[in-house]
Amino acid sequence: MARIEIDGKTYEVEAGKTLIEITDAHGIEIPRFCYHKKLSVAASCRMCLVDVANAPKPLPACATPVWDGMKIQTRSPRAINAQKAVMEFLLINHPLDCPICDQGGECELQDVAVAYGKDRTRFIEEKRIVIDKNIGALISTAFTRCIHCTRCVRFGEEIAGVKELGATQRGDHMRIDTYMTDTVNSELSGNVIDLCPVGALTAKPSRFAARPWELHTAHGIAPHDAFGSHLEFHIRRNQVMRVVPRENVALNEVWLSDRDRFSYQGLYAQDRLTAPMIKKDGQWQTVDWESALLFAAEGLKKIPAKQLGGLASATATVEELYLLQKLLRGLGSNNIDHRLQQVDFSEKTTKAPFLNQRPADLAQADVVLLVCANLRKQQPLLNHRLRQAVLHNHAEVIRINVYDYPQNFPVSHNLTVAPHQLVATLAGIAKALDEAQPAFKNIEISEQQRAIAACLQKNNKKIKVLLGEAADNLPQLASIRTLTALIAKLTFATFSETGRYANSAGAILAGALPQQTLAGQAISGETGLNAQQMLSQSLQAYVLLGFEPELDSIMGATALQTLQNAPFVVAINGFCTEAMQGYANVLLPMALFAETSGTYVNNSGDWQRFTAAVAPVGSARPAWKILRVLANLLDVHDFAYTASDEILNEVKMLCETSAQTVEDSTWVLSAPQALCYLTEPAIYAGDALVRRATALQATADAQACHGAHVNQRTADKLRLSAGQQVKLSQNGGSAILPLVIDAALADDCVLVYTGLAESAGLAHDVGTIDLTAA
Amino acid sequence: MTHKTSSLISDESKADIDRWLQKYPADKKQSAVMAALRIVQDQNGGWLTPALIEAVAAYLDMEPIAVYEVASFYSMYEHKPVGKHHIKVCTNISCLLRGSDAVMAHLEKQLGIKKGQVTEDGLFSIKEVECLGACVNAPMMQIGRDYHEDLSPEKIDEILARLK
Repeated sequence: MARIEIDGKTYEVEAGKTLIEITDAHGIEIPRFCYHKKLSVAASCRMCLVDVANAPKPLPACATPVWDGMKIQTRSPRAINAQKAVMEFLLINHPLDCPICDQGGECELQDVAVAYGKDRTRFIEEKRIVIDKNIGALISTAFTRCIHCTRCVRFGEEIAGVKELGATQRGDHMRIDTYMTDTVNSELSGNVIDLCPVGALTAKPSRFAARPWELHTAHGIAPHDAFGSHLEFHIRRNQVMRVVPRENVALNEVWLSDRDRFSYQGLYAQDRLTAPMIKKDGQWQTVDWESALLFAAEGLKKIPAKQLGGLASATATVEELYLLQKLLRGLGSNNIDHRLQQVDFSEKTTKAPFLNQRPADLAQADVVLLVCANLRKQQPLLNHRLRQAVLHNHAEVIRINVYDYPQNFPVSHNLTVAPHQLVATLAGIAKALDEAQPAFKNIEISEQQRAIAACLQKNNKKIKVLLGEAADNLPQLASIRTLTALIAKLTFATFSETGRYANSAGAILAGALPQQTLAGQAISGETGLNAQQMLSQSLQAYVLLGFEPELDSIMGATALQTLQNAPFVVAINGFCTEAMQGYANVLLPMALFAETSGTYVNNSGDWQRFTAAVAPVGSARPAWKILRVLANLLDVHDFAYTASDEILNEVKMLCETSAQTVEDSTWVLSAPQALCYLTEPAIYAGDALVRRATALQATADAQACHGAHVNQRTADKLRLSAGQQVKLSQNGGSAILPLVIDAALADDCVLVYTGLAESAGLAHDVGTIDLTAA
Repeated sequence: MTHKTSSLISDESKADIDRWLQKYPADKKQSAVMAALRIVQDQNGGWLTPALIEAVAAYLDMEPIAVYEVASFYSMYEHKPVGKHHIKVCTNISCLLRGSDAVMAHLEKQLGIKKGQVTEDGLFSIKEVECLGACVNAPMMQIGRDYHEDLSPEKIDEILARLK
């Protein structure tokens, strides 16, 4: 401890901390530009100079550790003089054109200049000009405004883990730049917009759209990955103008992924459904809510319960999913599912995917085994915590996957194998950990598997085993999960599952499953049909919640065909596509992210409630209200909810009082395939909202998801070459795509992403695939 | 990132860079970036191309922008072709007082080029530089690794004749 005096007041503080950390903690204002609490200290802007007794010169608060007996003055004549001088230097080259700058009104430089600067300029020479550059679809540049704080450069090195921006040239010519014509492609790139203290880096999608003083803010929860970042909407006249992170120490700290930041664009897509519509005599007509709901209820009433199916996206809220299953079960049907990306339904019980630890605990790990996880692109801020473990805790990371996703930290063992080899690999590691188990009799252990096992068997180390979202798309899901959990058990590790969607865990807790209801309770009576069964043979009627079959379902064209054959389909959706008009009979417009209240359960296990930030577009309504009225019209009991809170309380009460019994599952080795078909949702096409975010579609990450991916050896074997149009055909579907050579794949595998129009024609049948020149 | 090959660096240069790498810890390869840039610049006849900068980045496990930061910061890395004999004329204070303007003017006249240019035969190029630390014998210029001091028009002609 140290006793220091700041502006005449005495403080007991922790010795060794920097002065600015102390003043920030005590609410003492010190101006700064280059300092940021989550970045390394550069001490280059000199704005935080303070007057320290006995120091020959003013000292930078950001780089000065406190010592016992230190006396600091932040507003003495010497401090003020230093602040004024630095401010004058910073403004020498900064254009004074705030009225035409997008940052005007929320600019740190503007604020500090007013508070600490001089009121007139002595500089009459010409200011420097820096030529702008296109650095991608998300960040707009005005480099002439740059004051060289280098926060964006340090962000790239320290947080994003890939240095894309740098400070090139020197002296008067120094500028922030990317290499040659490169763009900034990090999945966290949008954060430099928040970090930039001036208007040099601003958000391109919302550029010049609104002034900060016209905006009001509302809180929200990120609607894409299962991490559940906290965010803030900036709203003008009932329209979300942009999204920024809201600080949350336990989850996203001060960051936000690009997907969560820019997906709001989807809210205002051209194909938003704004009024209820019904199909009468083959003609679509816009009607009022009452007629639409009556039409839907009349249609559903005629259907025998067993012939009724409900499918929902896991981006729906807990309340919506709970009501959907309650409605269907009230009508006597257990045909309900949200596992639209799953192929293997052999597990009897479904558990909500939880990390079983806080994200901060992952940052403390010593050894981490990642199985089928693409954390960097799918859960960027969870990946950030893992990266902290590698950087600061020297954690060893072992990665086993079907695709060699680029990592932004070193990995000690990196295995990329075809899906059928994945089970054998995991079994080999498990056997190396426990050779006595009879189930492993015929398993051979490779040298590498033995090395991985040794790596995981460490005493007094924090070992984490993490099963990622990519396992869902594999036909070996049950075996992979069983073996991964076994490895975790044998190594006394924390076993985590990441989930894929914002509400992957909530959907399971809410009971949107054919074999279990609320809180994982097994249903009494016959198990309903799962997503795969419902989408392969037509039922007589479906209720769809936020679901676009050809894009959201791993069954693609098959799913669409099945729904087209169904006599009656009620689609509750935020959008209206041509495909929807083809298969649906009623289109009920639902309020989307930011427009509805509800709850998401993230993979940390937090029940995160949010309220509506803006009124829904057109006459769209919250889906829980739509489902409530529909249930009332169908005479289903206990649907007298007046607020979404009442639904949540009902769900939470049951979840808190009941424990799920999980049945043990088994594993089997899988047979090799001649050509193995792999698929997963493209990074910016995983749900209806983000698919419609135009800026994200223009990013390098989105572009990289196009085409049919094979590695060079596979291409040679099939006598195909890069860029060539190839025809992929499976039972029930086909697509013609350009061939992309992708070294990240194992041999004899072809990867095509779902969620894209180009691949919607495929059935995404993981069993068979035929690849020929088109 | 598409830039990923170090194949442009000759085996000889690689051996030279490896010697520098031995001076630093194995996980601090970037420490050798200045030496590596100088070596590949020499290999390429005195200037760096983007492809060479990318090659150095690949060889030292760095991002190209990080190498470019260094390459653009130091004025002794050239980004445009230079002559076989790259003449660096000091015009800093001591040389200025001792007539570096005349030195520059004479060189430009004799070679028929302006500073920053290369002669048509590719033999000479002129660059204006800051103090090279030979003020005691100002005015001066540097050609290749050699300093030429106490310059006069006659002495310059003599030096140029020797190099032609």
